[in-house]
Amino acid sequence: MGPLVPCLLIPFAAAIACLLCWRRPSAHHAITVLGMGLFLAAAIRLFLAVDAGGVVAVNIGNWPAPFGITLVADLTAAIMVVVTAIIGLAVAVYSIADIDRGRLQFGYCIFFNLMLMGVTGAFLTGDIFNMFVWFEVMLISSFVLMTLGGERAQMEGAIKYVVLNLISSALFLAACGILYGKTGTLNLADLAIRTKAMMQPELLTVTAMMFLVAFGLKAGIFPLFFWLPASYHTPPVAVSAVFAGLLTKVGVYALVRVFTLIFVGDTPFTHGLLLVLAGLTMVSGVLGAVSQFDFRRLLSFHIVSQIGYMVLGLALFTQWALAGTVFYLFHHILVKTNLFLISGITRRKSGTFDLRQMGGLYAAAPWLALLFFIPAMSLGGIPPLSGFFAKFAIVKASLMGDTMFPAGAPVLAAIALAVGLLTLFSMTKIWNEAFWKAPPGERRPEPIARPWLLYAPVVALAALTVGIGLAPSFFFDIALRAADQLLNPGAYIQAVMRTN
Amino acid sequence: MELILAVTIGVLFAAAAYLLLRRSIVKMILGIVVMSQAVNLLILTAGGLTSGAVPFVEAGQTGLSPAAADPLPQALILTAIVISFGVLAFTLAMSLRADQTVGTDDLDAMKGTDE
Repeated sequence: MGPLVPCLLIPFAAAIACLLCWRRPSAHHAITVLGMGLFLAAAIRLFLAVDAGGVVAVNIGNWPAPFGITLVADLTAAIMVVVTAIIGLAVAVYSIADIDRGRLQFGYCIFFNLMLMGVTGAFLTGDIFNMFVWFEVMLISSFVLMTLGGERAQMEGAIKYVVLNLISSALFLAACGILYGKTGTLNLADLAIRTKAMMQPELLTVTAMMFLVAFGLKAGIFPLFFWLPASYHTPPVAVSAVFAGLLTKVGVYALVRVFTLIFVGDTPFTHGLLLVLAGLTMVSGVLGAVSQFDFRRLLSFHIVSQIGYMVLGLALFTQWALAGTVFYLFHHILVKTNLFLISGITRRKSGTFDLRQMGGLYAAAPWLALLFFIPAMSLGGIPPLSGFFAKFAIVKASLMGDTMFPAGAPVLAAIALAVGLLTLFSMTKIWNEAFWKAPPGERRPEPIARPWLLYAPVVALAALTVGIGLAPSFFFDIALRAADQLLNPGAYIQAVMRTN
Repeated sequence: MELILAVTIGVLFAAAAYLLLRRSIVKMILGIVVMSQAVNLLILTAGGLTSGAVPFVEAGQTGLSPAAADPLPQALILTAIVISFGVLAFTLAMSLRADQTVGTDDLDAMKGTDE
């Protein structure tokens, strides 16, 4: 079996295994952790295969491309799958202590595994309609995870989340239909060939805008992000951590995929629009964040703001900028998931998510304060942590002058730096409110049964953040090669079209 | 025929947008249903309408004749219908649960988590 198929089969098998022991929910966590461990091994194997031998592609059912169902991994996709597996494993361990028995009995682990399969499928598919199907696999599982438990806040958040995502799916599907009507194919590599051969590529711009709205809704770019901070703080911490890490980034990945492979015929308009949206996304996200006092709502607004940096890299469309986007993607997934996981521990220590009612956690748990400090400073872009190098790459790319927008890019660089400062400001706000100030009243800590299950994933993700910061050239070199593959999709197209 | 379908799709999308903007959850779900049907018709129309040429391979031939209808849009629609059916079942169950826990069908009343 090639390196691609196990990445999808392992989470699927884990979900089936959980279903088979429906009556023994205590086994679900063990199966999920084991499954995620194997998934991580398969993902690393895929990455090594792509790293050594270039783009890997396989046609399921042996129908030749562009007719068969194609799975394909270039470096960007392989990196994303590895990060997905890391997050899957970390959150699976965290869930053992965080998810109550009721949710477990009603299939938490099953839908967790299925959602990770959907995310992986969306990264690995080589066909735009299959991407829609994988999105649906991911979405329907995420709907269940969001509503499982049926608390009042959850239901209120879920309705916003579900309806907005369904509208986005309908637009995505309509865009697929129109694209098929114009080009007669759905295979991404074949689409790249046919759109390049089109006499008037501007005619595709309307379709490109439909994809931009559909994926933009999922990614949470301006002005389509409002559902995100209205829903991500309502489910249990383990669920919101995996949502915050992975789901919006699937939208960003889909944007990167279609705007580097298919819609490159009218870049002054399409990528110019992305540039403007990136700036507005960064600013509106961070301004929303600084006014919040709920730990998880504050972090949710930061997701929006950080999405802006990734879209900025895509809009600039040079090798450095796209490398920045790829680097930002994997740095951000690790850091953001970690911050959400930490918000769960601080809630147990203080009994609340409200920053105003927290306090004194530095005295009560100095090690937790240090663990928060690492991802928080990384998010703010303080050297030598991973976030500094991610921001550095994006800002440097916008100042290099080889972009399509020599006038606009420096403005965006200035916005990016200012937003970085505001990010740091809101991280210091959490630090002051939750850790530094004296507690305003009696703290009501909840007993934690097996604390190491909560701390182990946090420590591991923080170690990865520091690790990326200590060896940035190693990771940035990979990101540069991934960006080269995105800018020159010849190898991608060749790998897909010759396989059978 | 394309014109009639194009107008129908437009009317369906408009109706869906109107329903989605209502405050009642039930009407909003009906809006999602109408919207997914509009998208299905859109795929059918965008894929090209061919009348009276079923996509069967004739005896003795190895491929479709060029005049035959394209079967792929219909396959896409079939997949989309199955998915939207599952999603509809979920949203109905969710609205029931929301009605039980929140006690209202009014979306404007669901601001408990927005501070």
